[in-house]
Amino acid sequence: MSATAETITAPQIAEIIDLVKKIYGFDFGSYTKASLKRRITRIMQLKKLQFYDLRHILVNDNAFFQQFLEEITVNVTEMFRDPSFYKEFNNQVIPYLASYQHSKIWCAGCSSGEEAYSLAILMEQAGLRKKSFIYGTDINTECLKEARKGIYSLRKIKSYAENYQLAGLEGSITDHFTILYDAATIHSELKQNILFSVHNLVSDNVFNEFQLISCRNVFIYFEISLQDRILDLFYNSLAPLGFLCLGAKETIRTDRFKKKFKVINQKENIYQKIGS
Amino acid sequence: MALDDNIIQRWQNTDLLLLGGSAGSFKPIYNLIKIFPADLNKTVIVVIHRKKNFFSEIEKLFAESSRMLMREISDKDLLNNNTIYIAPANYHTLIEKDKSFSLDVSDAVWYSKPSIDVTFESVSEIYKERCTAVLFSGANPDGAEGLLKLRKNGALTIVQDPNDAEIREMPQAAIDMNAAEYILKTKDIFELFQT
Repeated sequence: MSATAETITAPQIAEIIDLVKKIYGFDFGSYTKASLKRRITRIMQLKKLQFYDLRHILVNDNAFFQQFLEEITVNVTEMFRDPSFYKEFNNQVIPYLASYQHSKIWCAGCSSGEEAYSLAILMEQAGLRKKSFIYGTDINTECLKEARKGIYSLRKIKSYAENYQLAGLEGSITDHFTILYDAATIHSELKQNILFSVHNLVSDNVFNEFQLISCRNVFIYFEISLQDRILDLFYNSLAPLGFLCLGAKETIRTDRFKKKFKVINQKENIYQKIGS
Repeated sequence: MALDDNIIQRWQNTDLLLLGGSAGSFKPIYNLIKIFPADLNKTVIVVIHRKKNFFSEIEKLFAESSRMLMREISDKDLLNNNTIYIAPANYHTLIEKDKSFSLDVSDAVWYSKPSIDVTFESVSEIYKERCTAVLFSGANPDGAEGLLKLRKNGALTIVQDPNDAEIREMPQAAIDMNAAEYILKTKDIFELFQT
């Protein structure tokens, strides 16, 4: 990204947010501004648009909005990102899930599915796959299509080999894929217990009760007020003593929620629902 | 280039010091961190390129040798005075208007995450002239555009003299873009920060 090109101003960003909300119903008002500014500036540079062009095209071209949405929402993800998290998850959360007849898992903000499938592999290795169901949700329908396919480039999957190994898992990551030329397809049995569907954390509500919610590297794009709204949603979506996993750099900050979530692992931001 | 009154005064008026570098930058930055007193009266942010999954070593070494407080960056943390922050591996580090950190996992810039450009650009709009930035040794041009943006917003911008740098590409890229107000020998950078 070029730093020399003109960037968008704060009032202009507010105008774009307002426009998108009115026309498309997506509310980016409580997204963190530094990141949003960087994303919008990037779109303007990629598409060679001035602010006025961007405004015009957003109003008049519905197809453009899908591209806009893809650029605005960061969809960079990895399998087994932060291997130490998966290691601790295996130690501290899996035994709890194993104690249930059946457990439901919500992977919120799942993007193209890599994290949901990482969890599926963990459950499989723990012998819990058939006793669990994973719901992967995102606001981005294009990403969800990718997630449902479960087909990734072999190069990408190989780049996760180190994560996989550091997470302390058995065998190698490619054991879970069928490889044909440069395409790695996740094994079909791993897809049996996963459903990917649209859910907007900003505006949608509780849709099921879960033993575990994983929402990693999503809160970093939200202001604290929105984080709190979503923590409420998660709290109400969790079964008693259900687990919440946030990203490595995301912590629960407000006192209200510190009372509602017990810290299970400070470093990896693993929490457990307490109180009522 | 020797130290003049302008540079000394601007350094003293600085609230935030940015130190950026890649290959060959660890040593000079590490040695700098060691000389800072506990009450430097500034915030320091270090952005060094490194591999993901090996993040803890730099933090550990810095924490052991620094008299200033060292904090790991967590998303939305407010920037504190007399504190050194190190941009975490596998994230970009941005600064919000309220002087809090905002992390981002989007694509690498110049194959790097953290990217120096991303942090520098973001800081430039918030701190304007109350900022000093130094770009050290490195093998790629990350940081040059960010440094230019800082300079345009009034920050004091310095590069390590490429002849003094272990790998010259990074400081040279900044010089070529006219992003460096001062090109200093490593010893002059140390001298400045002790004034």
